[in-house]
Amino acid sequence: MRVPLSWLREYAPVPEDATAEDVLATLVKVGLEEEDVHRPSDSLSGPIVVGQVLSMEPETHSNGKTVNWCSVRVVPEGHEQTLTGKGIDPSGVQGIICGAHNFSVGDKVVVALPGAVLPGDFRISARKTYGHISAGMIASVRELGIGDDHDGILVLSRIGLDPEIGSDALELLGLYDSAAEVNVTPDRGYAFSIRGIAREYCHAVRAPFTDPVAELAPRVPASTEDGFPVTVSDDAPIHGRAGCNRFAVRIVENVDPSIPSPPWLVSRLRLAGIRSLSLPVDISNYVMLEYGQPIHNYDADTLQGGITVRRARAGEKLTTLDDKSRELNSEDLVIADESGPVGLAGVMGGAATEVGENTTRVLVEAARFDEVSIARTARRHKLPSEASKRYERGVDPQLAPVAAQRVVDLLVELAGGTDSGRVTDVDHTDRPAAIELPAGYPAARVGVDYSPEVVERSLVAIGAEVTETADGWTVVPPSWRPDLLEKEDLVEEVARLDGYDKIPDRLPVAPPGRGFTRSQAARRRVANTLAAAGLTEVLSYPFVSQADNDLWGSADGEHVASIKLANPISEAQSLLRVSILPGLLEVLKRNHSRGLRDLALYEMGHVFLADGYTPDTQPIPPLGVRPAAPELERLDAAVPDQPRRLAAVLTGHDAAAGPWVAPRTLDWQDALDVAVLAARSVGVELRVTQGSHHAFHPGRTAQLSTQDGAVIGMAGELHPKLVAAQGLPERTCAVELDLSALLDREASAVTAQAISGYPAATQDVALVVDANVPAADLLSTVRRGAGELLEAAEVFDVYAGKGIPEGKKSVAIALRFRAPDRTLTADEASEARENAVSAAHREHGAEIRS
Amino acid sequence: MSETTPSAAVDPTDEAGVTAAVEHALREIEAAADLSELKTVRLAHTGEKSPLALANRAIGELDKAAKATAGKLVGQARGRVNKALAARATVLEEERDARILVEEAVDVTAATRRRRLGGRHPLTNLMDHIGDIFVGMGWEVAEGPELEHEWFNFDSLNFKPDHPARQMQDTFFVDPPSSHLVLRTHTSPVQMRSLLERELPVYVVCPGKTYRTDELDATHTPVFHQVEGIAVDEGLSMADLKGTLTHFARTMFGPEAAIRLRPNYFPFTEPSAELDVWHPTAKGGPRWIEWGGCGMMHPNVLRAAGIDPERYSGFAFGMGIERTLMFRNNVPDMHDMVEGDVRFSEHFGMEI
Repeated sequence: MRVPLSWLREYAPVPEDATAEDVLATLVKVGLEEEDVHRPSDSLSGPIVVGQVLSMEPETHSNGKTVNWCSVRVVPEGHEQTLTGKGIDPSGVQGIICGAHNFSVGDKVVVALPGAVLPGDFRISARKTYGHISAGMIASVRELGIGDDHDGILVLSRIGLDPEIGSDALELLGLYDSAAEVNVTPDRGYAFSIRGIAREYCHAVRAPFTDPVAELAPRVPASTEDGFPVTVSDDAPIHGRAGCNRFAVRIVENVDPSIPSPPWLVSRLRLAGIRSLSLPVDISNYVMLEYGQPIHNYDADTLQGGITVRRARAGEKLTTLDDKSRELNSEDLVIADESGPVGLAGVMGGAATEVGENTTRVLVEAARFDEVSIARTARRHKLPSEASKRYERGVDPQLAPVAAQRVVDLLVELAGGTDSGRVTDVDHTDRPAAIELPAGYPAARVGVDYSPEVVERSLVAIGAEVTETADGWTVVPPSWRPDLLEKEDLVEEVARLDGYDKIPDRLPVAPPGRGFTRSQAARRRVANTLAAAGLTEVLSYPFVSQADNDLWGSADGEHVASIKLANPISEAQSLLRVSILPGLLEVLKRNHSRGLRDLALYEMGHVFLADGYTPDTQPIPPLGVRPAAPELERLDAAVPDQPRRLAAVLTGHDAAAGPWVAPRTLDWQDALDVAVLAARSVGVELRVTQGSHHAFHPGRTAQLSTQDGAVIGMAGELHPKLVAAQGLPERTCAVELDLSALLDREASAVTAQAISGYPAATQDVALVVDANVPAADLLSTVRRGAGELLEAAEVFDVYAGKGIPEGKKSVAIALRFRAPDRTLTADEASEARENAVSAAHREHGAEIRS
Repeated sequence: MSETTPSAAVDPTDEAGVTAAVEHALREIEAAADLSELKTVRLAHTGEKSPLALANRAIGELDKAAKATAGKLVGQARGRVNKALAARATVLEEERDARILVEEAVDVTAATRRRRLGGRHPLTNLMDHIGDIFVGMGWEVAEGPELEHEWFNFDSLNFKPDHPARQMQDTFFVDPPSSHLVLRTHTSPVQMRSLLERELPVYVVCPGKTYRTDELDATHTPVFHQVEGIAVDEGLSMADLKGTLTHFARTMFGPEAAIRLRPNYFPFTEPSAELDVWHPTAKGGPRWIEWGGCGMMHPNVLRAAGIDPERYSGFAFGMGIERTLMFRNNVPDMHDMVEGDVRFSEHFGMEI
């Protein structure tokens, strides 16, 4: 809401020297957030005066353009030019070249003299052009920044002005006024008006407020017998609320369509952000801004019969003011006459009954429509308007007849109209429900010890009727505050008017907590472990394509059921991810394209699985009631599974080259390490087997499982074809792990292991097996076969080639034996080793390498 | 050193000869410049063919009386030589050791990093930090799904069915919208889940990812993060809310930090407030910065969780993590937080 200061001053004690910034600083205290300042004089300065055209000589130039060489008087005849400066003619008459032709000798115009600055930092000076010295500019509304008319020069008589020559044009056009723009929260519809803002301003400065509506109300006549016939009906109310509960109509005759809007009105509308169109329209907008009541004017002579307010019928059409033909929905509320709909109630009028250039009989409509009905219609037809904005937030139901009176008054005062005396006021409004406010309640909720006087005074100030009871007050909110429904709403009013700055600090003591959950602590450990291991955490968007989900969500590229957004940012990425990798690889590519070559990135986040949820198509449970247990279960079951994943992608080297550092190329094993490291950091030992996934290198992929056999991830080098197709750096490696599953299996409490201080006996063994025997299997057999004396066994070499038969490989394993209670003899160690070898022979046909 | 061949055998009874041999040896020992020269000297003067060794051997051929005198003379002589050898060896060994250390010296300032330290994303790091602050106050950290049922995201929080936020210009809906699934537009649904699941009193914070249909620009992103805090207990007031927020602000922004509440509107709180924080080190001078929203929980929210608003009251607050990072750590552009450029995360490292 933009608030012209001159207007606000009519209803609130705004100091004369207060700036728009000062007004904003005052209003913010009562909850009207500052948005902007609009001050035309910020971009207009210097001598901009009224001039009169004394002569104009058209001259056609070689470029084919005809310009006027004008002499313009800028000080009254017989007076001296008091301005001095370069280009100011002491005679008081300026020579000016003007390209426009819509004016004539004798017209009074706005002249920007040399030294003036117009919007866009357009500096005026005397300059040579078309063979003359042009010393100034005859301005158009566009050049003054007050309109976008292309009609040429602003001729003052055409806007009803005949000012003195040489007078300040900025003053004349209201350009020294400024507007403070505030953000009005959705609960405060009444603040979309000067009336509402003035009331809030008075709250903020603790001044009494005189409501202009209350002052005008006694003058509003009751309905008359000859009032314009209006029927209000609603056969399909939304949420049980009638679409219209107030409809006031007045008729003003003898309106003179040739009278222009006065500059003060145009200026205020402009500062408020509304363009001047015609006097009757400007008046209805003016009253809407002033009181908050949207007004619609009809050309009374175009209406056929009386008015009916009703829901649209299927198939009905309406051509709205913007000349668009609109198919109406049976939920749309319309204003209809005998010909059919003539307006979309509260949203936009119809073209057929519009007030036009020849309108002399104006029918003024001031109505109150239901918030939800208007909001839906405005959205359905994509027609947000100043009117619908106010209706959606709730318009004072008692305001309509008063606002209509104000429109009538202005049409009489400014447009030459006469009040027909015909008055209609259909009133189906209810009195706001009373709220019981217990005496200590505001203090208890806010923590400020409000006296009863403060509570009462605040509630009276907002316009409520307050009656003392045995235990507090009965409060009837004012008609313009539909947001005040419960005692908490009243508490806010008391706190707001007394000032939130009065609220003290008190730190509540929470009961002893359990700290982070195991899962929360474990996730942080994983994140920190990977960062410490040289990986960088990034966050990618979860929006992907079907191809992405098929590629990463299945082992062989088959279709993966996915959750689709109804309104994605981009249609190409309208699905939610089933894998973090597509987003992460995009990030990798972005980094690579920025010349960063050694990359190890990880992300931890949710994926969204389309399987295994039961869509809930039942109506949504209502507000303010705890749903019953089965209903809550249904809601829960309707939410898809969203497990956490950990993914990492790697390319380049493990370190930058240095005098003593030979960088190592990151490969499939580094990807595998990420998974193993992450799992170990939360106490889980992963099982690694040869894996297979169409996005990965067929021979360099590890499948990751937990000890109970559940497959929870994949790590390795990406398939070279995929790497090429996606433009990834060569040999990019990746890993993805189901973090939720990993955390589910997290060890509960570690049992300590006895540490023997006796010497170890180490022995190596090289076993020759078939090439397809996994080293991990062989190792686990060796571990089992070696028995209790084995402390550790690790593969330290895998070899195939010379000296090893075709189709075989040699796996070298280092064994470390130790007894808990004695020094092992060489024989004991050798025996254990023999047992390990025998087991390997039995299970894998392993032979000792000769 | 001038290589001197030790004179041949010395008569073990010739005191002057023995003394001369000793002095000759001592001269050469002292002159030995390194351990290998010393080795040569040792062989020459203590080896089997050395004059003193030969003299020693010759003692055996002497008569008994001469034997004792000669034995003493030669023995002392050999002792002096050995002692001098050992002393010289110690000196030369020390010299050698020192020289090796000098030779092994490197320019440590030329060292590069063998192990890379990666980095946490500042947003997740900041959320962890916020969790620490509240866990330190006895609060707990609660979590909930990002893809939510509409009831949790809107209705349970007192958003009416026709509330503008429920329109498609703000909220990501799952297709078909009749499935009532949305990407949560705030972390507030976790409020409701916490209240439904937990015993009272409840003091929890819920950091997490949230979604709105904004295009990415310098100050907006469709995927962002929030932290939400709620406390429901007997007798809580706005003073408790303000005290909690002041404490939070001071732990986040330093002891100078202060907060300011301004009246505002949210469907799920009444009274509601906008929360500003005093930023003493803001670019362009100290000023109030909009940090988040807060208020006393609306009775309808408590009712939706089956809590009696006549007995219990609660407060709630929420703020954007991106916004917090922007002014706490002076990040001017949202793009840096979402693009995943490693230079951004690595600059922060493990710190926030």
